[in-house]
Amino acid sequence: MDEVFDVMIIGAGAAGLTAGIYASRAKLSTLILNEGAVGGQMVLTEEIANYPGVPATKGYMLANTMKQQAKSFGCKIKSNVKIVRYQLNGTVKSVELEDGRSFQAKSIILTPGGKPRSLNITGEEQFKGKGISYCATCDGDFFTGKEVVVVGGGNSALEEAVALTQYATKVTIVHQFDHFQAFKHAVEEAQKNPKIEFVLESELRGFYGNGVLQKVEIEHLPSGKRSELKTDGTFIFVGYQPNTESIKEFVQLNERGEIMVDPAMKTSVDGVFAAGDCIAKRYRQVTTAVAEGTIAALSAAEYSRS
Amino acid sequence: MKFLQTNLPEIETAAELEKLINENENVMVCCGRMGPMCLPVYDVMEELEEDRSNVKFAVMAFDNPEAAVIRNAPECRGFMGLPFTMYYKNGKVADATSSIQNMQQVTSILDKQFAEKA
Repeated sequence: MDEVFDVMIIGAGAAGLTAGIYASRAKLSTLILNEGAVGGQMVLTEEIANYPGVPATKGYMLANTMKQQAKSFGCKIKSNVKIVRYQLNGTVKSVELEDGRSFQAKSIILTPGGKPRSLNITGEEQFKGKGISYCATCDGDFFTGKEVVVVGGGNSALEEAVALTQYATKVTIVHQFDHFQAFKHAVEEAQKNPKIEFVLESELRGFYGNGVLQKVEIEHLPSGKRSELKTDGTFIFVGYQPNTESIKEFVQLNERGEIMVDPAMKTSVDGVFAAGDCIAKRYRQVTTAVAEGTIAALSAAEYSRS
Repeated sequence: MKFLQTNLPEIETAAELEKLINENENVMVCCGRMGPMCLPVYDVMEELEEDRSNVKFAVMAFDNPEAAVIRNAPECRGFMGLPFTMYYKNGKVADATSSIQNMQQVTSILDKQFAEKA
């Protein structure tokens, strides 16, 4: 038999945990279901220095505090679950897990967040952890005295490339355009670093090696010419994509797969709200996710009691 | 000295690790830091700990000098991504992975290496 809640929240990043705090503190029975680890993108952030009222802190610590806060108000959290079925229409919403458990609620808040984009090219999965990394802070020191490639042209790519020069003897940034999306100061800092080289208008086509990564194949987009570059490691920072694949048939998304919401965080479906990195918006910060999670919870509370 | 803030038992010495893997048939040890690639693996282990009574789950700090026994293990040669996760069966390394792993990847190894024989 289904367990029944007032509010069910899908995702346990900053938006989902905040929604959990607000909904459970409003005395609504609240369940958070999370397909990954609690904390979302916060745990992928080494340091958060601009969260108002909190001195610079580790991302995982802020996430853990939010989790404990939500639980202290009675919010139930189930993480690392796999949701296999959604029923979002009608007055009772339900989800079913891979292990057969199912849950119902009067309203649902979607906060599935986003995930780092992968390149989906030959060898990417094979060399993950054996030369391919998505975190310079975590793995940079494995590449001390070595040469690495950084893929991407946004703030993360350029900032992490600069950070990697503490360890690597040479960092080659491969970017698909002839200009960068990163802020000007980040671009300038990378350009003036003597250890950084740029390969522009180019994309990676494959990773190759014998047990560990040894070279990458690069295509120069205007000419179509392919070449190989010897490298000890590759760090991939090509942005994030919203985790909305499994709910795309239920709520209205934009062309980027982001959920469309109104100012009350209502989606196109009655009783279904959304917040955080999965919604259509310009700025993706912990503070914006927290604000949206708050609004979504208050709207869901109003809906559930109506 | 403990370095990791998780709800899993933390191994502090190589001798402790040896005792653990010799006294238990199935052991999973995640050797990492409090970083973004390691935390999701700890989280998966905490979830699995409730359901997998046939497996002992533990963590060990990568920067603990005693963790050299994992860092320098032959099975970890070529590993360049945290965490290093070790699976021990009857005191011997049955499997090892480098970098972040999700629930499906971890359970797949547990099912393969620690399946109870009929």
